[in-house]
Order: sequence, then structure tokens, then C-alpha cells
Amino acid sequence: MNDAAGRRGYIPRDRDWHPPALAPAYKSSRLRSPQQPLLSLPTTLSEATGPVFGHTLLGPQDDDLIHNYAAAGESALGPRILVHGRLRDQTGHGVAGALIEVWQANAGGRYRHRNEGYLAPLDPNFGGCGRCLTDAQGYYRFTSVQPAPYPWPNGPNSWRPAHIHFSLFGPAFAQRLITQMYFEGDPLIWLCPIVNAIPRREAVESLIARLDMDATLPMDMLAWRFDITLRGRDQTLFENRTEGL
Amino acid sequence: MAADKPIPESPSQTAGPYVHIGCMPNYSGIEGVYPGDIGNRMVTAQTQGERIRIRGYIYDGDGAPLTDAVIETWQADAAGLHPSPEETRGDADAEFSGWGRQPCDPETGEFSFDTIKPGQVPYPDGRPQAPHITLWIVARGINVGLHTRLYFDDEAAGNAEDPILSRVEPSQRVKTLIAKSAGDGCFRFDIHLQGADETVFFDI
Repeated sequence: MNDAAGRRGYIPRDRDWHPPALAPAYKSSRLRSPQQPLLSLPTTLSEATGPVFGHTLLGPQDDDLIHNYAAAGESALGPRILVHGRLRDQTGHGVAGALIEVWQANAGGRYRHRNEGYLAPLDPNFGGCGRCLTDAQGYYRFTSVQPAPYPWPNGPNSWRPAHIHFSLFGPAFAQRLITQMYFEGDPLIWLCPIVNAIPRREAVESLIARLDMDATLPMDMLAWRFDITLRGRDQTLFENRTEGL
Repeated sequence: MAADKPIPESPSQTAGPYVHIGCMPNYSGIEGVYPGDIGNRMVTAQTQGERIRIRGYIYDGDGAPLTDAVIETWQADAAGLHPSPEETRGDADAEFSGWGRQPCDPETGEFSFDTIKPGQVPYPDGRPQAPHITLWIVARGINVGLHTRLYFDDEAAGNAEDPILSRVEPSQRVKTLIAKSAGDGCFRFDIHLQGADETVFFDI
């Protein structure tokens, strides 16, 4: 629906493509999933706007998780990786100047967090957070070490596939998204109840980064390609969104 | 190149229990990577508008407060303007970020935002919306971030005319979106993920 200034609203989220709030095999969702239907709203200025972050926010090592927590002259342990891709919206246009925040376990599968007690050791040179801004065409990149899978208390023997968490800001707060990137070829992907909360296999596959030998830095680091899609504006003219529950 | 049919949005995945590492590393004890945590301070001494503090808890289906969630807020300035290129009605207050991000306390679960009372923002048809703050909640066990809105109990006339509150059914659920004044500029806003008092969440 267009507003009084002629702006188009955002394409409604496809709730059959996203995981449902309640995914019983992911036990934490049982008490944290709303039971009532969501109330659908048209896009108002409150959702069509969003915070804007500039390059003054970023430090020189924000996109280098190998070094941004390491002591001088040191670096994080583990396979060195380059992660890159394009952030676009649902209409295919690159999303420029978007803040991407990432966090992950270390190369042993251990997070640096007070609630984390896995046997694998902390790496004194790895913090696990990084961030970058997309360029004018929506491309982003950061370097890190490959995170390891780790066990978690869901079922009696649950393991998370190796993954990197992504937090994404588009120009509109309606586009706000947190998701996870997985690595091509990891057999744990298809055993994970968090992944399997996503109903469709092709949706899961869109979260799996592909080994990208063309972008690999020889004798330095492997590259993984991960494209991300945020919500886009409705391009359909004269179409009013069905409103209500 | 623009697509003919919309490309599917990347599916959401839970922020997990360690969201603080990526979103507020200094708070989580990872110091020295970023100079500070973004979103933790919304106002300066020069910000226009009435100072308010929002406090509350997020309760799960057993009535236990979440201690590992992160809440983001997005709101207009005191004149109803947003610091965004999408804002065409005027320049927003340069001393107000409009965007906040806070954790639930790891022991008690309480969250707190220091901000200002927002002005009015128009609905798409031009009618005014009552002053409100948009909230987005992520945590372990939440598969897709939850959007809701906070309205104010001292804006009863505006709330009664608000185009969104008027669509909440049954209307008794409107109260789940109204923060209660506790005096001295403090408002209490509790969020219930399930149960008889389940908060209204939006598909925006």
C-alpha cells in the first residue's frame, strides 16, 4: 500500500519461509513462542525508517576477527577464512551502507561468554565479534577463523553445525534481521533442530555459504560466499495489501 | 538488475544465547574491540523533549523473566521526525539517535531505556498515530525477532484515536501495548510472550 507521500510498503514476510515461532524440537522455543496470531500492519514511517550507521563508526580492525582481539603480533588460532557476499533486497537491488554485525565461536567451538561452559578452551587471541558496512553495490567482506561445531543442551546429544551469526540493518526497521550462516558440506546442518525449524530445504540452502575458490587468497585463506536478502518494497502497482489478522 | 518476482528474504534464525557477543561486546566482557556498544545511549544533554525511562521484564510462558534477551527500540524524536533519509517532513533532532539497544539484566531480567517521549508520526493515510516506540526482541528460543509497540497511558486521547490500536482484537488486548506511568518520567512496560496477558506482536 502506498502512503500519502506515495511510498510503497514493504513486501509482507512470508511466514511459511521463515521458521515458525514454535518449533517443538528446538526446546527453547516452547515457552518463548507467542501463541496468538501476529497483527499485520501496513508500513508506516515508524517502520519505513531505521537507524543509519556511517564509516565513522568503524575501526580499522572491526572486520578482522583474526586480529581485532589479539595481542600485538598475535592472531587467533584456526583456519583463516574470508567471508564475503552481497546484501540485496527482494527486488535484487544491492543494499548500500548497511551495518552487518557478526559473532561466532572460536576454532574449538567455544564462545567467549559468561553463560558458556564447553570443554573446548578459549583462545586468548579471539573475541568472536566483528562488523562491516556494505559498499555502494551492497558487497561486504570480513576475515575470521573457521568456527567449530559444538554440543548444546537441547536433546541428549545435540550439536550445532559450524555457523556465524549475522545481524543486518537495512534502511528500514521493517527489514531488521538476525540469521546464521552455515558452511557448505557440513553434515550437522541437516541434524540441527534450529536449522530444521525452517520448513523448506531451499530456504535452508540459502543460508549455506559456498566455498569460493575464485576469491580464495592463495597461501593465505579460503573464501566463503554468502549472499543475504533483506525485505524489499512492494513493486506491484495498485495493489492494496490485505490488512487485519 | 531488478528481479521480476521478489527474491525470498533470507530466513531468520534465532539470535541464540550469545547475542551479546556480537551486539554488545563491551557489556558481555569483550572489551577493546569496539570503543563502546552502539545503541546504549540515545540522548545527550542537548536532546529536545521530555526525558523518560522505560523499565520492564519479558516473561516466558512459565512466567519467568528472560535474562538473556536483547531489545532494540526505534522511535521518532520529540517533533515526530526520524533521523533517516526516508524522512521527508523535516530534519530530525541531530542530538537524538532514535535507536536504542539494551540487554535484559542477566540476574533479574529487567531492561531499561533512557529516552524521550516521541512526537506523533503519521499513518499511511495521513491520520496521526499516538506517540509510540517500536520494539524488536531477540533471544534464544525466538526464531524470528518479535516486533511490538509501546504506547503511553498518559496519552489516552491519542491512543483512543490511534489507527493501529483500534485494530487490535479483542480490544482488551490493547492494554498489553500501553506502558504505565510510574511517576518522575518513568514508565513500566512488561512483555508477555505467552499466556492470558500475551503481548500483541506485529507482522510489520
